[in-house]
Amino acid sequence: MEFGFFLFFAAISIASALLVIIAKNPIHSALALMVCLVQVAALFILLGSPFLAAIQIFVYVGAVMVLFLFVIMMLDVREAARVRFLQGGTFPTLVVLVLLGAEMLILLLGSERFPVSATDMEVVRGEGALERLSTTLFTDYLFPFEVASVILLVALVGAIVLARSKAD
Amino acid sequence: MATLSMYLVLGAALFIIGVAGILLRRNVLIVLMSLELMLNSVNVNLVAFSSFLGDFRGQIVAIFVIAITACEVAIALGILVALIRNNATLDVVDITIMKG
Repeated sequence: MEFGFFLFFAAISIASALLVIIAKNPIHSALALMVCLVQVAALFILLGSPFLAAIQIFVYVGAVMVLFLFVIMMLDVREAARVRFLQGGTFPTLVVLVLLGAEMLILLLGSERFPVSATDMEVVRGEGALERLSTTLFTDYLFPFEVASVILLVALVGAIVLARSKAD
Repeated sequence: MATLSMYLVLGAALFIIGVAGILLRRNVLIVLMSLELMLNSVNVNLVAFSSFLGDFRGQIVAIFVIAITACEVAIALGILVALIRNNATLDVVDITIMKG
């Protein structure tokens, strides 16, 4: 049952990821990316981390993609929608992509160091997993957490400064 | 029961699709979206390792990746809006000719 769900979500996420890079209209790409991100959130639930799935939905689908759609609708994409998908000179790129994919597959499937089955899943999936996660986050990783909040502040100020028009 | 390798192969596939989008497309918006796709494939790997090895650190790094991605998107779209205001093109090849 779980394996069936995995195959379902994985198939939809790969199909929508392909749609992201194939679609001509950026709005279609953004919507396909949204579908892909929701599938990945579902995979997070399958992996036993519903908290990350919620963050994925809130941050990616709720904030990032809405920002994308906002900017796309602010800009004039009619000209961009007319551009052809492949514009010649793509052969070296395709060779690089095939080599990269083959290398990754060989390394992933040929390696014997990955655990075949889950060893110690109760720690991250069992009762009180979220409490243990937050305890780790706010004790051992408190400094990176604070740095991340400062980076968010810098991004907030930076985005306002960059997007402001010169008139005001 | 899906094994760890399947999740890793899924992550690799999403990553390759993201690289393809960055290398093949010339619309800067789609290049940014492909970047999101690549970061997301890394998150799949991190959470899969976290779950299968019974270690929280993967999930914590994934939380940081998501936070940094939100910053990156805000800055990138700010730069994009400023760029379009000065020079109305979405083509990455035209944007390479930036002086000063």
